Amino acid sequence: MAGLGLLDFGFEFVEIFAFVVLATVGLAVIFGMMGIINLAHGEFILVGAYATTFSFAAGLPLPLAMLAGVVITAVFGVVLERLIIRHLYGRLLDSMVVTWGISLVMIQLVRIVFGNSAPGIGIPFGQLPIVDGPVYYLVLAVIAVGLLGGLYALFMWTDFGVRARATMQDEETARSMGIDTDRMYASTFAIGSALAGLTGALYAPVMPITPEYGTGFLVEAFVAVVVGGASVIVGTVLASGFLGTVNAAVTNVAGTFMGQVAMLIAAIVAIRLLPEGITGLLADLREKRGESE
Amino acid sequence: MSVDSSDGHLAQLRRPFEGPNTLGNSSAFWAGLAVAVALLAAMPVVFGYYAAEVGAVFLAYALLGMSLAFIWGYCGILSFGQVAFFGVAGYAFGIVAINVSTLTGATLGLLAAVAVSTAFAAVLGYFMFYGGVRDVYVTILTLVVALVLFTFMGQTAGGEWAIGDARLGGFNGMSGVPDLGIGVGSVGLEVGLVGHYYVTLGTVVATYLGLRALVNSQFGYAMVATREDETRTEMFGYDTTFIKFAVFTIGGAIAGLGGVLFTTQNNYIDPSVFGITAAALPVVWASVGGRTSLLGTVGAALAIQFVDYQLAISGSEWALVFIGSLLVFVVLVMPEGVAPRLHDHVAEYREPNDPEPAETPAATDYPGGDD
Repeated sequence: MAGLGLLDFGFEFVEIFAFVVLATVGLAVIFGMMGIINLAHGEFILVGAYATTFSFAAGLPLPLAMLAGVVITAVFGVVLERLIIRHLYGRLLDSMVVTWGISLVMIQLVRIVFGNSAPGIGIPFGQLPIVDGPVYYLVLAVIAVGLLGGLYALFMWTDFGVRARATMQDEETARSMGIDTDRMYASTFAIGSALAGLTGALYAPVMPITPEYGTGFLVEAFVAVVVGGASVIVGTVLASGFLGTVNAAVTNVAGTFMGQVAMLIAAIVAIRLLPEGITGLLADLREKRGESE
Repeated sequence: MSVDSSDGHLAQLRRPFEGPNTLGNSSAFWAGLAVAVALLAAMPVVFGYYAAEVGAVFLAYALLGMSLAFIWGYCGILSFGQVAFFGVAGYAFGIVAINVSTLTGATLGLLAAVAVSTAFAAVLGYFMFYGGVRDVYVTILTLVVALVLFTFMGQTAGGEWAIGDARLGGFNGMSGVPDLGIGVGSVGLEVGLVGHYYVTLGTVVATYLGLRALVNSQFGYAMVATREDETRTEMFGYDTTFIKFAVFTIGGAIAGLGGVLFTTQNNYIDPSVFGITAAALPVVWASVGGRTSLLGTVGAALAIQFVDYQLAISGSEWALVFIGSLLVFVVLVMPEGVAPRLHDHVAEYREPNDPEPAETPAATDYPGGDD
């Protein structure tokens, strides 16, 4: 019996962890690398979800439909970056306000064009044995972990990653070293958008698709970014782990909603104690160790 | 409402409300403002009950907008969650006034609602500012608080979510909220439909004047200094953390007052006041009107909500598209907002000599911050 409870908790944790990671990752890449908080993050997710369902409804197999969702969102993100966002680099608050305006417009446009609901997609892969829940959630968790690993490799180990990080750290110097910084901004924004699109695509079978679909991801995404702090990928992992544990534990005892509340309270306490986020704490520790060595 | 604050020996009276932190400091400005208030006061007489009903809601929104302009424009705290205080006060009023019937309930409700929203802002502000949470994170946290309240109030549909006789009602909202009133038992003043409009208008004017006096006081200078350079202000010996905390709390109180006036006008409140769209509106008003201009924000709130309302009754779905596009456009083209920009133009135009009286007060001359 206790074993089964533990299994339930484990499954709950995996489900919530995957959700927090996937909800956050696109936002975190754009924020961590470019210093822009994209308030239209939810609507990027929305674009991914709509592109996926409509491709699926048009007869594309699900993986291809999801790919279409990712590609369309990435293209959408680049267009928006070139048209609007690039004027706002270095104007943090303005960029938040503008992306919020974009979000309002998009939610309403989607409602006008597609109405209040979209065709659904069944959850693939069927149910798990023993624990009550679909296999699909485990797949999502595997994808989430793979994504984090891939991003870490991309930004830390590849030539592109070095260029991108150089651009974000010191644009002038990077440009004088021959890096096309404009292209770096655009491609980082494209990666962030594609990730948001992927989230929308992956959750299209799980959540009912309405114009407010994207809003459902916002709380988790914002909380995780704030708790995670400036260092994107490590921050996302740690914050998702922390918030996922709290949320899953409370959800198990008191239901989904209280789980969310507990997560928020945990986040507020965490921020009260660590205003620089978890990775801020890590950086402090590293500095201290460096000094004592 | 002192409508006749035109010229002459009233200069003495004007002094506390004038200073470098507000834009409109000329006689023409005050005359224009008096005309604008008189016009607003004439609304119910000219257009009837219906205008009073709708206008009171817009004016309640104007209070909400002012609360944001005050904390963002003057102290640099961008809160995306002012609606949280607005809505919490609305619900608090409803809970108290439904349970304690008669005028005692309405009076207690008003006090309780403003107390609750103020305390809520104080607790949140304490956690954020004394915890060292910085600018963007404040913005995000306040938004998250509003969104969580949205989810929370949305799931209170069940019968167990009742406080006394007041059903929270989930997404259906809380209905049957009594009108505003002041008194004990059945002795006192019940505020009717038109009365409510004038109470709201009076509150807006009083809040506006009060905030003007505040931002032009010593405390106001410290606020603006905190906005401009927090570290330097701290070096001068100001407790910037306390300043931000106090400003945020005052902002919460004003938003709460707006929430009470909003809820008592509609006799109803639902969770959509906490939703992401509602949360965006104060930001739109302050950005478009000019966050360093209290009156600009009020003007933008009234104008934008008026257009929104007109579009809504004509059955158009394009209101939000319009509002969102307007926001993007204004931030890209004139980041400081319409009112400060207009003020610059007017100042340039009448540079050499003394001003001519302004003809459309709501659009020519605005008070606001030193940019």
